[in-house]
Amino acid sequence: MTHLPLDQQMLDSCAALLLLLSFAMLSQRRVVTLVNLYAVQGAVLAAATLLLAWRTGEGHLYLSAALTLALKVAFLPWLLHRLIRRLEVYWDTEPLLNVSGTMLAGLLIVVFAFALAQPIALLASTATRSAVGIAVSVVLLAFLMMITRRKAMSQVVGFLSMENGVFFGAMSASYGMPMVVELGVALDVLVAVLVLGVFFFQIRERFESLDLHHLESLKEHE
Amino acid sequence: MITISPTLLTGCVALLCGWVVVGLAGLLRPGSLRFAGRTLFPLGALLGLALALLAGASLLGGGTERLILPVGLPDLPMHLRLDPLSSLFLLLLGASSFGISVFAGGYFRQGEGALPGLLCLQYHLFLASMGAVLLADDAYGFLVAWEVMALSSYFLVTTQHRIPEIRRAGFLYLLMAHVGAICLLLCFGVLQGGSWLFTFDAMRAAHLSPGWAAAAFLLALLGFGAKAGLVPVHVWLPEAHPAAPSPVSALMSGVMLKTAVYGMLRVGLDLLGRPVWWWGLAPLILGLLTIFYGVLFAAVQTDMKRLLAYSSIENIGIVFTGIGLTIVFEGSGLETVAALALLATLYHCLNHSFMKSLLFLGTGSVLHATGERNLGRLGGLIHRMPWVAWLTLIGTLAIAGLPPLNGFVSEWLLLQSFLFADHLPHAFVNLLIPMGMALVVLGAALAGYVMVKFYGVIFLGQPREASLAHAHDCGWLERIGLLWLALGCVALGLFPLQVIRALGAVTGQLIGAAVPQASSHWWLLAPVPGRPVSYGPLVFLTATLAVVFLTVLAVRLTYHQRVRRAPAWDCAFGGLTPRMQDTAEGFGQPIRHLFQSFFEIERELPAPADRTPRYRIAIRERIWRLAYEPLSNAVERLANAAARVQQGRISVYLLYGFVTLIVLLAVALMS
Repeated sequence: MTHLPLDQQMLDSCAALLLLLSFAMLSQRRVVTLVNLYAVQGAVLAAATLLLAWRTGEGHLYLSAALTLALKVAFLPWLLHRLIRRLEVYWDTEPLLNVSGTMLAGLLIVVFAFALAQPIALLASTATRSAVGIAVSVVLLAFLMMITRRKAMSQVVGFLSMENGVFFGAMSASYGMPMVVELGVALDVLVAVLVLGVFFFQIRERFESLDLHHLESLKEHE
Repeated sequence: MITISPTLLTGCVALLCGWVVVGLAGLLRPGSLRFAGRTLFPLGALLGLALALLAGASLLGGGTERLILPVGLPDLPMHLRLDPLSSLFLLLLGASSFGISVFAGGYFRQGEGALPGLLCLQYHLFLASMGAVLLADDAYGFLVAWEVMALSSYFLVTTQHRIPEIRRAGFLYLLMAHVGAICLLLCFGVLQGGSWLFTFDAMRAAHLSPGWAAAAFLLALLGFGAKAGLVPVHVWLPEAHPAAPSPVSALMSGVMLKTAVYGMLRVGLDLLGRPVWWWGLAPLILGLLTIFYGVLFAAVQTDMKRLLAYSSIENIGIVFTGIGLTIVFEGSGLETVAALALLATLYHCLNHSFMKSLLFLGTGSVLHATGERNLGRLGGLIHRMPWVAWLTLIGTLAIAGLPPLNGFVSEWLLLQSFLFADHLPHAFVNLLIPMGMALVVLGAALAGYVMVKFYGVIFLGQPREASLAHAHDCGWLERIGLLWLALGCVALGLFPLQVIRALGAVTGQLIGAAVPQASSHWWLLAPVPGRPVSYGPLVFLTATLAVVFLTVLAVRLTYHQRVRRAPAWDCAFGGLTPRMQDTAEGFGQPIRHLFQSFFEIERELPAPADRTPRYRIAIRERIWRLAYEPLSNAVERLANAAARVQQGRISVYLLYGFVTLIVLLAVALMS
């Protein structure tokens, strides 16, 4: 068995934690916990970025880590918690697919993602290339979560988690995106959440609920 | 920074920009009819006249100019080119639009649909976009101008958008325009031939396989045919022309249809290089069908603008027949005859743009004076509106193809070129094409019949309604417009040799041959070497005038004005009324009866004992029930099937995205 250096091992553990957290989010029905899990995922992501920055000595990765910490661990969870309190949505209703079914689908997706990431990982020259598969899995699992949830709030968390996956993927494949792109994405996420927050109030005012199946009545009738 | 040298092309571009500026100026005082009508429209007309002069100079010079304008998408500048073909059509645009714009200045009234300023903007944008279509030298610029043309004319058609029928007519027009535009898009896609360069120069240089070249030609035929009004994609014309205000109808029928002809010539004879002879059979057959179809329906119409719309369809048929003949002859190596057919085509385009504009404007004046489009409620207007009546008479005679006016010249040239079909080296075809000539002749004869009906029912006889007594002649701006177009008809008819010499540059560019002049006399047109055919319009005019003068003189001398007035015999019927004159329906009845199978007739006859008898007849085109309705039903079914995808659930939409992503990734993984 080959011995990996300590920092490499720690990076791999971070990646594993991210995947685990994704599964946890997939199975979680309490919205408050979901947001907390999202915050933890952000923290792990920040830690992984910090490790990578220390290891490679790339200056902009420190900045990324700080940004992640500020945005994804502190600000967005705080914003979401406030929204939950104001809107009084603590629970999601029964998901469209039951939990065990969802987990099973998630497993298949992870297998698929690893198969998908293999050629990319072979091409990449970074130390973290084995984590690319995990990043793709996180993206796809978040997508799955958005599909199976009924409440708008859970879907927003899914959307945010997807962005985490994209971020992690970029980091592990090529030590992060250019700073400009990263800042742009961060700003996009921020704006998206703010806009969605406004939408939540509008949706609730209109339908007296945040359950998205009410939106079906907006469809054009034959 | 590009340096702008004062060439003819830059002059043309400047004039087109001038039109846009004049249009935008309309927005300064959008509600003021005086400002738009008395200042802007005449200004636009002067720009049109200047454009005609520049284009005429370019046509006589026979040169080619190019210009690249740095406008448009990045790395996709607009290429412009002024060559004899585009000069000719620019001349047509400028000269016709001068008359129409002057007329329009006096035509529009307050409270008719859109605001005058807005109308002015749309109108001048329409003009400028037509000019841009003619100047464009790359597919990108061409299609952008083409679409601007379609959209601006759509808004002009729906000027009175509060009326549901007009909105429907506008929608039909927009739909057909877009079907045509899609065909053109595909056509240019084929024409670039794998080079992915969309300048016309690249398309000329591209080598297409015979199959693809034929596909491009047929797509162009369908796309430009939909704009020109070729049967079976003509259905928007009879709806849109009556809906639009008369100057707009005149512009659309007189000029816009010709931009489609220009496009067809550009693609068929220029971009595709040397055409294969059998391609020409498609426009030839469709053209002949269009002539016959258009004139039959024109004969049974009772709405004067609808009648003219069908007459436009007939004339487009003549033009496309000419294009078909040109291609058949050129593909078979008979250059001189091809030049003769092309000459007839181009000549007919010029003629039609003048005479049809004149007639549409004439109907506009009648419409304003009486508020009636229905022929059954008009009559005897020659006494009330002498200016309109006499000037329209010139257009009527011209379009009926009577010498010495212009309609005769082009139809005569076309028939002459038909006679050469026996030189074709293809069995059967050289026998069948002369038979097509019979159709053209039948069409010309029926067109005469239609025009007698048109003119006779509106202007001659006695007024059928009491309200017609209040009809007034048109204003001075309208008179100038009508006079200009009528003079155009006369000039094109009396000086064919000079026109043909000017057109020689175009035939030289497209065919590489000019029509020889066999006669040494400047007044005698003899375009066919070796055959004793010639035509001297001035001689004809002199002879006609002499005969008329002598007849009048003889009648005066014999009768000495011994006129006795007595009541007409009324068959003991108890008083004749003007309503008992022959009607438009009655005039068209023989045609309706003979060609019954072409029409879908719905008729309500009054019962014999009915005290208030009503007679109603509606004639529709069978093509609606046979082709368009099944097609639209099929599209609707397809759309409904596709609508099932729309579930209204966000989860399902997300699932679509997810599945697409997975499938694409899997495909990427496999390959």
